[in-house]
Amino acid sequence: MNLYELTIHEAHNLLKSREISSQELTKSVLDRVESVEPRVGSYITVAGETAMTQAELADKAIAKGNITHLTGIPLAIKDLICTKDLRTTCASKILENFVPPYDAFVIKKLKKAGAVIVGKVNMDEFAMGSSTEHSGIKLTNNPWDLSYIPGGSSGGSAAAVAADMCLGSLGSDTGGSIRQPASYCGVVGMKPTYGRVSRFGLVAFASSLDQIGPLTKNVTDCAVLMNAISGYDAGDSTSVPMDVPDYTTFLEKGLKGVKIGIPREYNALSGLDAEVSEAVKNAVKTIEGIGAECVEVSLPHSEYAVAAYYVIAPSEASSNLARYDGVKYGLRDKNKNDLIEMYKSTRSMGFGSEVKRRIIIGTYCLSAGYYDAYYRKASQVRTLITEDFKKAFKSCDVLLSPVAPTPAFKTGERTEDPLKMYLSDIFTLSANLAGIPGMSVPCGFSSQGLPIGLQIIGKHFNEEKMIKVAYNFEQATDFHNKKPVL
Amino acid sequence: MEFEPVIGLEVHAQLKTDTKIFCNCSTSFGAPPNTHTCPVCLGMPGMLPVLNKKVVEYTIKMALATNCKIEHKSRFARKNYFYPDLPKGYQISQYEFPIAQFGYIDIEVGDYSKRVGITRIHMEEDAGKLSHDPGRPISLVDFNRTGVPLMEIVSEPDIRSPEEAGNYLRQMRSIVRYLGICDGNMEEGSFRCDANVSIRAIGTEQFGTRAELKNLNSFKHVEKALHYEINRQKEIVFHGGKVVQETRLWDPVANSSKSMRGKEEAHDYRYFPDPDLLPLIIDENWIDAVRKTLPELPAEKKKRFITEYGLPSYDADVLTASLATANYFEDCLKIFPGSKTVSNWIMGSLMGLLNAEGKTIEQSPISSQNLAQLLRLIKEGVISGKIAKVIFEDMAKTERAPDKIVKEKGLVQVTDVSAIEKIILKVLADNAKEVDDYRNGKTKLLGFFVGQVMKNTKGKANPKIVNDVLKEKLGK
Ligand SMILES: [Zn+2]
Repeated sequence: MNLYELTIHEAHNLLKSREISSQELTKSVLDRVESVEPRVGSYITVAGETAMTQAELADKAIAKGNITHLTGIPLAIKDLICTKDLRTTCASKILENFVPPYDAFVIKKLKKAGAVIVGKVNMDEFAMGSSTEHSGIKLTNNPWDLSYIPGGSSGGSAAAVAADMCLGSLGSDTGGSIRQPASYCGVVGMKPTYGRVSRFGLVAFASSLDQIGPLTKNVTDCAVLMNAISGYDAGDSTSVPMDVPDYTTFLEKGLKGVKIGIPREYNALSGLDAEVSEAVKNAVKTIEGIGAECVEVSLPHSEYAVAAYYVIAPSEASSNLARYDGVKYGLRDKNKNDLIEMYKSTRSMGFGSEVKRRIIIGTYCLSAGYYDAYYRKASQVRTLITEDFKKAFKSCDVLLSPVAPTPAFKTGERTEDPLKMYLSDIFTLSANLAGIPGMSVPCGFSSQGLPIGLQIIGKHFNEEKMIKVAYNFEQATDFHNKKPVL
Repeated sequence: MEFEPVIGLEVHAQLKTDTKIFCNCSTSFGAPPNTHTCPVCLGMPGMLPVLNKKVVEYTIKMALATNCKIEHKSRFARKNYFYPDLPKGYQISQYEFPIAQFGYIDIEVGDYSKRVGITRIHMEEDAGKLSHDPGRPISLVDFNRTGVPLMEIVSEPDIRSPEEAGNYLRQMRSIVRYLGICDGNMEEGSFRCDANVSIRAIGTEQFGTRAELKNLNSFKHVEKALHYEINRQKEIVFHGGKVVQETRLWDPVANSSKSMRGKEEAHDYRYFPDPDLLPLIIDENWIDAVRKTLPELPAEKKKRFITEYGLPSYDADVLTASLATANYFEDCLKIFPGSKTVSNWIMGSLMGLLNAEGKTIEQSPISSQNLAQLLRLIKEGVISGKIAKVIFEDMAKTERAPDKIVKEKGLVQVTDVSAIEKIILKVLADNAKEVDDYRNGKTKLLGFFVGQVMKNTKGKANPKIVNDVLKEKLGK
């Protein structure tokens, strides 16, 4: 077995018993990246040298008996999460050469835990997209079939984990950007509760929806990474000062007494692929078989979620992206002598079409005379959707649904039809609007051999229950053991 | 038709916190450009604001001092616009839900007092500073001021004259200084004012179209600019024209204002709640805790000075205009309890001196203790009032205590009657003709004799004794 194929937990055990070194492990991952990167296209920046230095330090720490669950573990970071002295592009031309002088809170935590950062991975520009095709830097392919998209926006993360180009990855999820690519690439992805993980150093797309989370090879690794990144940060006013449980203690068998809610409205959605529907139904049966009890619940305002989301997210984005104006850092059109011309030209050159589309939508929604009809109304819908979940969770512990209505689609298939692209987030973005946690675990394959994901949605700050359900499902199935052939 | 102006004022007060409103950078002035900055106030990618609680505390103080209702839940909002001195492309301010509303202050103008309503008070961050290179097509930006906390106080359109506006501003400045939350320095920009001005026929309810006046950076300019604007609008209306809604920039050199119409006017700031900051929750406990720290405010102090010290309203007004002056006054009284005498000396000699030297009372070369001691020396007859003026000047130059100066210069008043008698006899002997004239009815000559005696004693003779003895000797 190649070392790069290891899970975080497996690698940790081998490092701890000194059977392998982090330098061997990191070298193995870097070699793997070198061999498959030309086909997969996950990495925007490979930090080989610093990764090896970090691995060496990790080995020294381990030799002294200082080991955490992440010491010496090679990870890939979505290029939207700031890394000190390591280029952070947000997959945008406007930040193509931006090197942050600071680490994001989660990166500080990972570094403190001794993790090795292999590099920065691809995404849709500023996380706006569902296929990673909107990257301003490069194209990422789905490791299961290179002519398919890996999902997005954390497509580079999901593809890197699926193709063994890292042991685990951090992504970010604003409307499904972790769960949907995890589903399309057959890996485990979690969007934690809003406020569970600090957003400090996460370049903002839509601040009230963004949340950093892990993409991993299995549920155990998800719990390990969640332990590492969760917790209060005084530097993020929206992070919540609450104790974080040890998520690995919920990796235990048995679902007796666990109540599973099945949202009635989700099954009735048009456009739901038959194979996806079948895979999710089977997954529900499997979970019932382990001892959980299923109940039907209702989320009556689901049908408005997409509309509300595509008002709120672009509105916030239009403001968040105003800082990229060519004045302080990043791209600037130096040929323009007039301020307004410089702004226009820099932003025209620096942003891709999808980012521009959303800035325009958001600017429109916040404009005088439209604010009440759009932003305010969408905020009210958001409250209703949150209430829906609160009511539903009175009769169950977690909800189950598909992650996306279809498996991965072909590269180029939907780029001309943004609305169709937006609909691929239909099952995921409600969780962002409500601030509740959501997770994707592999639950099958399409007839074409593309992975299908099961979504588990939990209550606020109840990730442990989702991890427990996911772990039991994983133990009862072997979808997670299948690997793409590259 | 008679017209009256309708004026509302927006005051921006820079709060004197040690650190900025959303990061830990220093707020102090005068540092080299861009040295008081960090990734947060530079608007770097991924950086987040964290509210400085001191800013909230200071604003609560102001809200309490201006009789506002403090909202238990308020929100920060983003005001979106592009400008190079605004690193995030938006200013964090408050919009729909300000921290405080519905307040008022009472002001006095001449012989009447009036209540001016406060619409709202909110918190926001200051922008940076641009400077333009006149020689090259280059602008430089300094972000040291970016994120310095500002408090905006918006008045109701209750003000009816430039004088009222001036007094409202003075009262506001006095309050922020008493509270210790703002320097109140208009020239340096820590206390800024914009005015909304319209005119309407007296007796009508409806407001006219208003113009917004900016760049009013001294009290003098505020009143001048308002007079100018009111006349400008009257001229327009008298000639059958219509006032247009616009922003006008006051030019203190040209003594006129010009329109800023165009780009500045077209702004749609696209306000929306800042998702990076949670709603600000202020409970009664917090408000109570802040209330306990409130000092006696100018209006209360003025009332007390009138009742407790028996001062005329005018004196009380002048002495309470700044807390430092009020404290100086009361410190003097601890040593010398003659309130009106102290008041006269502070308002007269001391303020004259400070004005001439361009100093504040905190910088006064004459301490309250020294001034009070000087007054005690007069009262006790050690020195005459005339000599006191000389000593005062010496104190101003040397900052020394008055008794030291008196001793050193031998300025102790001569109160020894026999010594004075000797001198008087000598003066009378030397001026026999004048003595005869006096005795023949030219009693006006008394002043002449007093002058001669004073000259002989270098002004140190006790004037009362001199008078009494002179009259006695001349009467014979
Ligand atoms: Zn700062």
